[in-house]
Amino acid sequence: MDWSSLSPLSLIATMVVASIPIMLAATGELVVEKSGVLNLGVEGMMITGAVAGFIAAVESDSHVIAVIAAAAAGSAMSLFFGVLTQFLKSNHVATGLALTIFGLGVSSLVGQNYTGVKPPQFPKPEFGPLGDIPILGKIIFGYDYLVYVAFLTVLGVWLFLAYSRAGLILRAVGENHDAAHALGYKVKSVRLLAIMFGGAAAGLGGAYLSLIRVPQWTDGMTAGAGWIALAIVVFGSWRPWRVMAGALLFGGVTLLQLNLQAVGLEINAAYLSMAPYVITILVLVAISTKHSGMSANAPASLGKPFHPSS
Amino acid sequence: MISLKKSLRAASAVAATALLFATPGLSEPLKVGFIYVGPISDFGWTYEHDQGRLAVESALGDSVETTYVENVPEGADAERVLTQLALAGNNLIFATSFGYMDPVVNVAQKFPNVMFEHATGYKRADNVSTYSARFYEGRAVIGTIAGRMTETNTIGYVASYPIPEVVRGINAAYIHAKKVNPDVEFKIVWVYTWFDPAKEADAATALIDQGADIIMQHTDSPAPVSMAEEKGLYAFGQASDMKEFGPNARLSSIIDNWSPYYVARAQAALDGTWASEDAWHGINEGMVEIGEFSDAIPAEVQAEAQALADAISAGEYHPFTGPINKQDGSPWLADGEVADDITLLGMNFYVEGLEGEVPN
Amino acid sequence: MIRLERRRAPSRIWSFLAPLAAVGATLVGGAVIFSLLGKNPFEVLTTIFWSPLFDPNLSAYARPQLLVKATPLILIAAGLSLGFRAGIWNIGAEGQYIVGAIFGGAVALAFYPEEGWYIFPLMVAAGALGGIAWAMIPAILRIRFNTNEILVSLMLVYIAVQFLAAMSLGALRNPEGSGFPGSRNLQYYESASNPELVAGTGIHWGGLTAVAALACLYVLLHRHILGFHIRLAGESPRAARFSGARPALLVAFCLGVSGGLAGLAGLFELAGPSGQISIDFNVGYGFTAIIVAFLGRLNPIGILFAGLLVALTYIGGEMAQFMLGLPAAAIQAFQGMLLFFLLAMDLFLNYRIVFGAGARA
Repeated sequence: MDWSSLSPLSLIATMVVASIPIMLAATGELVVEKSGVLNLGVEGMMITGAVAGFIAAVESDSHVIAVIAAAAAGSAMSLFFGVLTQFLKSNHVATGLALTIFGLGVSSLVGQNYTGVKPPQFPKPEFGPLGDIPILGKIIFGYDYLVYVAFLTVLGVWLFLAYSRAGLILRAVGENHDAAHALGYKVKSVRLLAIMFGGAAAGLGGAYLSLIRVPQWTDGMTAGAGWIALAIVVFGSWRPWRVMAGALLFGGVTLLQLNLQAVGLEINAAYLSMAPYVITILVLVAISTKHSGMSANAPASLGKPFHPSS
Repeated sequence: MISLKKSLRAASAVAATALLFATPGLSEPLKVGFIYVGPISDFGWTYEHDQGRLAVESALGDSVETTYVENVPEGADAERVLTQLALAGNNLIFATSFGYMDPVVNVAQKFPNVMFEHATGYKRADNVSTYSARFYEGRAVIGTIAGRMTETNTIGYVASYPIPEVVRGINAAYIHAKKVNPDVEFKIVWVYTWFDPAKEADAATALIDQGADIIMQHTDSPAPVSMAEEKGLYAFGQASDMKEFGPNARLSSIIDNWSPYYVARAQAALDGTWASEDAWHGINEGMVEIGEFSDAIPAEVQAEAQALADAISAGEYHPFTGPINKQDGSPWLADGEVADDITLLGMNFYVEGLEGEVPN
Repeated sequence: MIRLERRRAPSRIWSFLAPLAAVGATLVGGAVIFSLLGKNPFEVLTTIFWSPLFDPNLSAYARPQLLVKATPLILIAAGLSLGFRAGIWNIGAEGQYIVGAIFGGAVALAFYPEEGWYIFPLMVAAGALGGIAWAMIPAILRIRFNTNEILVSLMLVYIAVQFLAAMSLGALRNPEGSGFPGSRNLQYYESASNPELVAGTGIHWGGLTAVAALACLYVLLHRHILGFHIRLAGESPRAARFSGARPALLVAFCLGVSGGLAGLAGLFELAGPSGQISIDFNVGYGFTAIIVAFLGRLNPIGILFAGLLVALTYIGGEMAQFMLGLPAAAIQAFQGMLLFFLLAMDLFLNYRIVFGAGARA
């Protein structure tokens, strides 16, 4: 086995690209959960975004339109969940699962005529001489636009939650909806907006998959990425930077597993494939044993039904 | 004498079974049912089976009526769907995944008058045929092209599960790449899935990072071809042509072409000559089709690959012809010896020269 | 002004009307989808809901199949409903289902080809144990480290799936299977098989266990202090603690029961309808059962009906595929819609719509 042939540079670059779909979806879900809502329909929203973005890209040949369409479609999907859970008081867990089933079905129906179609190539921003810097050029300036959008989303969500008044309200709603309601905040509207943001982010994540990472549309192509995103939110203990790190770590472990095989490491691939999940659990345990960890940061009203009693 | 008797008996058995099957009268079309493990839009395995179904419709017109059920999981659900297809009056049923084997056998027992065709399995009965394709013949051809075309002498292989079908493909490709390029090296990544575009893309990327400039795959999604296209490298279409996914990257492809077989079997059912058989067809019968060679392949390599395909097709050459040693150096096939089908069907070892182990 | 007012007690009338209203709404929505696809909506809907039950050719077979399909869903949902009531979220039943099947299957294969009455009971015990063991991982982590059980149980599904692949290709592979993945078929191994108890009924040991589980669930919830604590824990954890509930015990109990039932479901499915440990053995019952549990309002009788209804849409959906050429995706979208409406209509169970300003203003 030749370890030297493992290039950390290209590993990092691929890791970043591999983690973008879950990073986007998880960041969106983080906002949703921070508002006290648990939406298990991430997979359904991602795949809807994937197909919508793909169709828009093919039909319009415009990347901006594709991105908007993906976000809008994810958001529209999330509205089903939002209206059901917020106004019709349905159970979050079951509604989220139903959303996944619905999304998978609808995306497959809508996308039937688009398998085997090639989407337009997604452009990369030009950083001029910056891109030629030996190491940084590749791992910082070598990506397409959406990668930067994803990182900016993480940054934006962090700023929003930590420093904005609206973010404070959102957290208050997630922490104690009754108190927030008593203070005059519109709990349902806040949550609905959060849900729609989550849908948009998931849709974007899905579109990253269909437009850039694997530029093609195939039925069921998210193949469980939405579930991973859900896990990453908890893994990141509801903090944007940790969620980002979690997405990178997860993408990295999966990739490393494949790379180790390519290098020729003699280890059973079935067990290697378990590694990302085992590591997620281990890290999670490590985090949750510290008192400052996730339990302190979990939104207290997560998944609980809200009804203003008087 | 004995053998004559045996073959006579066999012949009369075939005749008897053929008579057993109730063939519909002139007015009634033959109903042909298909059960698929994936969606027909997967652009791989299931897509090609459905192309076969459409070919039956267009070839036999009004004398047949076809239906299908897609996304049927193997196991209990398959048994139910098969039974319902039989109950709904289908006379001939194609079950297109290995995991449907025991369900097919169970249901066939209950419906002795319905003809069943099971892909890639090995259990047969009077009303159960099996059919499979000698994809390794195609692998030999694309292995030759890959061996000639690689500049880094490294070929990346995205493999699904360590089953004989996949191992056989790796061996066939390697033997023929090595034949034309003694320095060639195979890097194999097992992804443990048939279909996960993102993971397949990652595996292809990992292989490319390890110096592979040609990607082969034995998974169903076109993602590896797309990745090769993006990196400006080469790949081969798998199951379907996949040219759309890599106009520059795709050198050729191994296409599963079930149409000739499906049409012939439906025709036999119509004629009342259908009998249980074990079909393992290759390039010759048209079940394995080599996709058009891309212009990126130099003419002499094209000619070489074509000649190999022709020799295989004509039965002049078998891709597993000795001398071939197993990976550990122990002899497998002597000079000029040809592998028998039984060994090929259960192949779970690498040939000499391949690195790594078949995981299990 | 329209607003919702919480009912003091769930409405009895609406507990019957809600599902009917939901089905009605779905019929309208489905009619739209199906006509957009160019199919006769009436024909599609009767095929999905009517044919499995009453089609002269197909129903004799399809009716018992409904029970076969519903059995694992009900069995798993029954266990999950306990935890869901107590606010303990096991969403990894799929993993427990897989591990239960692997454990039980391994016992059977260890005895092969020996015949004996004791083999099947041992398999059942192993199956339950496998499910419990897998569920105890999130339980212990939650109790000991306060680790979120939703995530751990979900991650364990993926680990179980890989484990299943490794077993089908490795230790449990059929040595006479020419190297193909998958174990021996237990349907052909008499002492280990779980056939229909009475031919043509679709009822195997799993079905009986499901009914027994529902009955126990009912008794537990309404007649036993533990059930009281479970219900209380979901409504008010603090009140539960005051009344003497031990949170750790509740977590272990709820996860253990749901894991055990999921493991049993896996074992019965393996030894019965499915037959084989194979890479694709699991087909999502563990996730679908979560929906079944909520459709059934976490209530034993509700779960029974919800399981049957969901099974009906699967079987009817297949019929719509081969009788009418409807794509599987359309059925899936239709199922999602039906679930949406069913969940939405439950609103009327607990709330009434009040028009006008009302007392609050």
